[in-house]
Amino acid sequence: MSNASSQSAEEARFQARIDAEDKIEPKDWMPEAYRRTLIRQISQHAHSEYVGMLPEGNWLTRAPTLRRKAALMAKIQDEAGHGLYLYSAAETLGASRDEMYRDLLSGKAKYSSIFNYPTLTWADIGAIGWLVDGAAITNQVPLCRCSFGPYARAMVRVCKEESFHQRQGFQIMLSLAHGEPEQKAMAQDALNRWWWPSIAMFGPPDGESKHSAQSMAWKIKRHSNDELRQRFVDMTVPQADFLGLRIPDDDLKFNADTGHYETGPIDWDDFWAVVNGEGQCNTDRLAARQKAHDEGAWVRDAATAYAAKRAARKAAERIAAE
Amino acid sequence: MADHLFEYTLRLGDNCLILGQRLAEWTGHAPILEEDLALGNLGLDLLGQARAFLTYAGKVEGKGRSEDDLAFLRDAHAFRNVSLVEQPNGDFGQTMARHLLFAGWYSLVLERLTQSQDSTLAAVAEKGVKEIAYHWRHAAEWTIRLGDGTDESHRRMQSGLHQVWGYTPELFRMDETDTAMLRAGVGADLAALQPAWDARIDAVLVEASLERPSSVTRSNGKQGVHSEHLGHMLSEMQFLQRAYPGMEW
Amino acid sequence: MSQHETEWPLWEVFIRARGGLDHRHCGSLRAPDAEMALMNARDAYTRRGEGHSIWVVKASDIVASNPDDKGSFYDPADDKVYRHPSFYQLPDEVDHM
Repeated sequence: MSNASSQSAEEARFQARIDAEDKIEPKDWMPEAYRRTLIRQISQHAHSEYVGMLPEGNWLTRAPTLRRKAALMAKIQDEAGHGLYLYSAAETLGASRDEMYRDLLSGKAKYSSIFNYPTLTWADIGAIGWLVDGAAITNQVPLCRCSFGPYARAMVRVCKEESFHQRQGFQIMLSLAHGEPEQKAMAQDALNRWWWPSIAMFGPPDGESKHSAQSMAWKIKRHSNDELRQRFVDMTVPQADFLGLRIPDDDLKFNADTGHYETGPIDWDDFWAVVNGEGQCNTDRLAARQKAHDEGAWVRDAATAYAAKRAARKAAERIAAE
Repeated sequence: MADHLFEYTLRLGDNCLILGQRLAEWTGHAPILEEDLALGNLGLDLLGQARAFLTYAGKVEGKGRSEDDLAFLRDAHAFRNVSLVEQPNGDFGQTMARHLLFAGWYSLVLERLTQSQDSTLAAVAEKGVKEIAYHWRHAAEWTIRLGDGTDESHRRMQSGLHQVWGYTPELFRMDETDTAMLRAGVGADLAALQPAWDARIDAVLVEASLERPSSVTRSNGKQGVHSEHLGHMLSEMQFLQRAYPGMEW
Repeated sequence: MSQHETEWPLWEVFIRARGGLDHRHCGSLRAPDAEMALMNARDAYTRRGEGHSIWVVKASDIVASNPDDKGSFYDPADDKVYRHPSFYQLPDEVDHM
């Protein structure tokens, strides 16, 4: 029997398990492309959590009340936690955190381009929680049923913990929208800047998405980009109405026949320009991660050296005792 | 008496607030992801205690000031934190040195305050003492690893310790407020904490192969005389409340 | 990036959420030694008061069965119904067992 045909028999068995909604676990046989796709997606997701700490961290020291400061600190800390769960899930596939991190710093691995936009006012913290986390949750809920067990389990934990994130953001928007005129203007300005990038977070339209079809077949992805985007828009437009804020889209309208909101065209050139490095913060975000990594090297080295020294001391004590 | 209690509670609250704010500056910049989580927990504990103390201080004062009025609308000279906690983060070694010295002292203070005649302070201390016991452990474990790690880490840890050591005499100096609160059975005998603090700090320093510095810096933070650093920190922390006075957030 | 840096080992974390429950695997983390692994586990995996007891095990010390042995490892247990409580029919009056 040729190698290729035995390979395809394994692949057929694998696909049958996926079709039967069986979860794939790290030591199970899997096609190399499935492994690579997952490492790419999960590490990108982890990097997004890690880099995503920076734009919000930008306002943590300036939060306007102690309650807001505590909530924001807890939220950013959760993002570190979520990064950790996700790096852990990717590590079960044989990728080391170090390698993944090097790929982030070298620019080889991507993170969500949304974090390349600046947080200019306090209202941006509200808009990130409301829109960016709202979009992320819409994306993540179906991932709880992803075919790869460790990723699905990490996402269950993430989704459970993230439920307060969006509320935290919406509450900030609510205070601002019901506040003084300057505050309401601040909220509107934040919505103006974050709306389009948020709906672009779901990725290119279905026809142009390069990884989508295979990911759907493997049940890594359960819904198309456009489906999820629509779900988010339908959910968010009434919330904006409730806040009394205007979504910056003159073409936005409700289609009574379909029961869905229809947006104007998304400026994909702008999206790709930011992905490819033209965002205001691409350089800053990576530079901040690089700096923390470099400045932390002596700390990590010290702990490694101490562990080795202590192990050697213990071994010597044991020998002396014998 | 109420004046002393207000003053005393402010000191406790301001220590937590200012150190919590310093830790917030680390967010996203820790040496490794796991440490971002750890520093977040330390910061959240301190912020939680700050809120409890400042809310109570406002009540004791009786002028209707909230935790936020106290945090965001006082100028530097009205802050009552010890100077140690406002010192800049420096590198990770210096941050851990500051935390070791502070948590080593503050956990002893909180232990005494669990017996306070003031039931609010006793209740906050009861919860806080468990939290700060972990702060002490975390800072001690890191001090040992950095002190006894590599040549570079030893040098940095020693220098970080040296940077902040001079602010420790203030921790044990009793003034009129401290004495009044001690007599009333409300506050801790700070001077009496010194031997226990010396012993636990020395034990860590020995294990970390670090030398105990002898530097002294004149500091009177708890009387409202601060280093230059506090004003800068406040200008950042209070920005929104100052730029948009009287608004709800 | 420092040249001589070696990555901290990977640890698996198991948490007992409440008294009476088993320790359950909840994820992994990086730490230089056992004490730090315990502290990191506490900071990462019990942020919402989930834990009463934590175990950490170096990932490299875990011995795992091979999925290809699945048949010989687990199938023999499948037909031993007497291991499962539902095999034992009890009189209706006997409950809470």
